[in-house]
Order: sequence, then C-alpha cells, then structure tokens
Amino acid sequence: MTCLPAHTDKKLGLVIDLDTCVGCQACVTACKEWNTGGHMAPLTDIDPYGGDVDGVWFNRVHSYEHMTEMGGRTVNFPRSCLHCETPACVTVCPTGASYKRASDGIVLVDEDKCIGCKLCSWACPYGAREFDTDVGVMKKCTLCVDRIYNDNLAEEDRVPACVAACPTSARHFGDLGDPASAISQLVAERGGVDLMPELGYRPTNKYLPPRAHTQRAASVPAPALEPVRAEGGFLGWVDRMLSH
Amino acid sequence: MHPAFSVVFFTTATGAGYGLLALLGVLAAQGFVPPDFWLGLVGMGLALGLISAGLLSSAGHLGRPERAWRAFSQWRSSWLSREGVASVATFVPAGLFAIGWVFLGRTEGWVAVAGLLAAIGAVATVCTTGMIYASLKPIAQWHSRFTLPGYLIFSAMSGSVLLNALLQGFALGSTILLAGCTLLTSLGWGWKVATWRYNDRLEIPTNANTATGLAGGTVRSVEWPHTEENYLLKEMGFRIARKHNARLRQITQVLAFALPVLLLIAAFTLRWPYAALLSALAAIAQFAGMLVERWLFFAEAKHTVTLYYGR
Repeated sequence: MTCLPAHTDKKLGLVIDLDTCVGCQACVTACKEWNTGGHMAPLTDIDPYGGDVDGVWFNRVHSYEHMTEMGGRTVNFPRSCLHCETPACVTVCPTGASYKRASDGIVLVDEDKCIGCKLCSWACPYGAREFDTDVGVMKKCTLCVDRIYNDNLAEEDRVPACVAACPTSARHFGDLGDPASAISQLVAERGGVDLMPELGYRPTNKYLPPRAHTQRAASVPAPALEPVRAEGGFLGWVDRMLSH
Repeated sequence: MHPAFSVVFFTTATGAGYGLLALLGVLAAQGFVPPDFWLGLVGMGLALGLISAGLLSSAGHLGRPERAWRAFSQWRSSWLSREGVASVATFVPAGLFAIGWVFLGRTEGWVAVAGLLAAIGAVATVCTTGMIYASLKPIAQWHSRFTLPGYLIFSAMSGSVLLNALLQGFALGSTILLAGCTLLTSLGWGWKVATWRYNDRLEIPTNANTATGLAGGTVRSVEWPHTEENYLLKEMGFRIARKHNARLRQITQVLAFALPVLLLIAAFTLRWPYAALLSALAAIAQFAGMLVERWLFFAEAKHTVTLYYGR
C-alpha cells in the first residue's frame, strides 16, 4: 500500500556527523558487502573490472569544499536513503512495491511487486534509489532490516552495517521519534539539520554540521626538525663520533 | 532527465490520440461528423492506434513489463496508477463508440453516450499524465503551473490538427475546424514560449548548501563517490541537450507550431485535394515537432540530485 502511515511507532534512522567523517569509504564497502547478500540482494555490478563500471550502491560518499568567510574546509558527505516521513517515492509507486513501515518508519521496496518504472527514483530529491538494470527492479537502503532485528547477531552488532563499520563514529543509529533517545539528544546538542528542508519530505536522518572554526592556534609548537644533511668540519666530525 | 524514446513517443502519441478521441466522441455525438464507415474506421483506428502504440511503448520503458498489471492497484496515491486505470477504463466506452459507429453505422443514442464518456475518459487520462510530471517536486521545470495545462493544450492541439487532416481527407473539411485547429496551434505555441521563459528565469531555493546541510558560503564538489557515470547520472543527470537547446527550440517552434499554422492558413484558400494534402502535412510536421518538444521537456529538466555532483 503506497498511502503513507498516519503515524509510525518509531522513527528509526541515521545521524551522520559531518565533523568527524573522514571519507574513508568503509561504510560504503560494508554496506555493499552486507546488502549484496541481504534483504535487497543482489547489489548488481556491471562490468566491475572493465572500463565502464556501473552498479547498485545504497551509500555513496561525496567530498565537498565548503568555503566561508571563516576559511575553507573539506567536508566528506555520505549520502543514502533518509527514510523520510513524507516520502514521495512511496506515494508515486503505482504497484504498492514501495512502502513505509508503520512500526519503525523504514522505507522499503518489495522487489517481487516492482515493475521497474523508475518513477520513485525521479520523485526522490536525494538520489537514494538506484535501478538494478540486471534484475529490472529498483533498489534502496533497507536500514539493514536484516541486521537490526537479527537475534542471531550479538546485541551490539544489531545496527546497520555502515554504522558498525565507521572507524570515527561519524554514523549513529537509533529512534529519532523518541526525544529521550541518545541519538535525538545528539541531534539536539549538535544542531542536526534536514537536507533540502524546503522540499517538505521531512527526512528522518539528520546531518550534524561541522563544528565552528576555532581561532586558537596550536598551544605547543612542534619541536624543530633535525637537519637532513650531515654537517662538515669539526662539528660534523663530533656529530659523527657521537652518533656511533 | 534522460529522454527515453519510449516515454517521449508515449506522451506524444497518446496526447494526440486522446485529443482526437475526445474530439471525435464529442463531435460525432453532436452530429457534426457523419456516421460513415470508412471515416469511423480510419478515425477511430488512428485514435485508438496512437493510444495503444503509446501505451505499449511506455510498457517498453519498464524493467519488468510482465508485472505491469500491478500498476492498476495504487490509484489512491499514485498519478501513474491513476493514468493506468484511466487509460484502460477509457477503452471501454471508446470501444463501444467505435463498434456503434463503424459496425452499426450510428452515432446517436447509446453510441453518442459512449462517445461522450470516451471524451471524458480521454481528458481525464491526459490530466493524469500531466500530473505525473507536475507532482514531482525535485524537478522544478515540471513542478510548475505550466505543466498540466500544457499537456491538455498540446493534446487538444495535436488532436484537432489530426481531426482536420482526417476530415479534409474525406472532403468533409470545414472552415470552423480549420480556424479551431489554427487557433489551438497558436495557443500551444504561446504556451510553450511562455513555459520556456518561465523555466529560463526559474530561481529555485534548493542549492548545494541546502542539499548538503552546509550553511553559508559556497559548496563545491571536489570528488564524486565513483569514477564512472552511475544510474543517477545516466537517468537524472542528462546533459547533451543543454548544448543544443537553442537550436532544438527553434526546430520545435518551426515544426510543431509555425509550419502547421502556415499550412493550415493556406488550406483555407484551397479546395480538396490540395487542402487535404496541406492539412496532412501540417499534422505530420506537428507530430514530428512535438516529438522534439517532448524530448526537450525531458532533456532540459534538471533534477535536484545533480546538485550533489556539482552539475
């Protein structure tokens, strides 16, 4: 059913810290590794070792240069499905293949019902959905539904693969509908933002902007470097003798 | 947006087909068109042929066409599903109308009712097609007040030019119909020029800053997540036409509007078969011109996802 639930019990989603993301692509490969055998498998690759590589990925990390009057900085920007509260990708679906779950707010695709019309990918402003030309259906992030409720995994592993893989803890998972949850507190504390709020999709995922530039210089200067070239003369002879 | 030929042909052909069907339904029911066998066969064959060819072409756009029947289920929320339902529902009165006209030789009574219902279905289907595009917020050129009236105007325009060619071919042409389709073509021309002007001056609030949540200053893409073009760039990041859009707009204006208007005006002064020949040429030129117009409609549309790629 492509009509949206009036209310979801939870709003599961991700919070991505643009201050600490180093752009290492670990979340990208962990996502691909898990999901190519997961709920939406396979994540087809076309010509993976050739000159015209293409394939389905749920998570892509861009790099931007953000210039302000305070100076410039590189910002690494992971982009994946935001599991919006009013996802037009769901309502435009003619077959009922796309749906938003009333229990936890996750947006999913039933691959057995998808006709591959691609309209949902047109309706998503964030480019979260990618078409699998090999299977002929649309694919997207599942928020690792097959991990987060998986009793066969240790409790600490019941998070999306991208969150588990992040070496700098730039990715956080939790219930954004519960103001008392750790992830909601983090958003409140750091001033988390919506992407393209003007379009009115009301994304569940939030992005934490990079922390403000600081005017403080490093308080401890680095020690002076040793000269690279050996000195000649008497002092050079002393240096060589003492270095033995 | 990538202009897939199947979708370009689909919207152009069904637009003309539904326009012709609606006009035939209304005019035959009103007794303006005689219940002639050959006129009915050719006219309804052309209308339903264009509609069917367009719908089949759109199915070719699908990744899994064998599941297309599922698209009739979500009419409560999806304009694409509503289009599917409306297009199939319109075949019922249109089929009855065609049978009554062609095989029973009558266009009054229940056949007239079927004709009017087919006209209503045709208009409704064109509205649903327009709304598929008009409802897409990420594409500002489509999500505008120009899109839905544009689909209706172009459908009426190409349908009336086809009807004129048809009736002129059967030596049944009238100056009222000639005047009507000339006016509609002029209206379509004006609407298209106004749409282009609006799109060229469009200032959308969505930019690289709001797309990334990085407030203030400038946001420049320094590295893509991938080395080759992916689905998003192939489907939504189409750029070829931008280079040629001025030339393609000229071609559209000449083929779809200027040439048909000139040919139709010339047809006023001529008799059968010359008027019929010019009317047929006008219809053919306009159909070709509308294919270019629809190609540009896709190619010039810019999706917000391109902001992530610095395009």
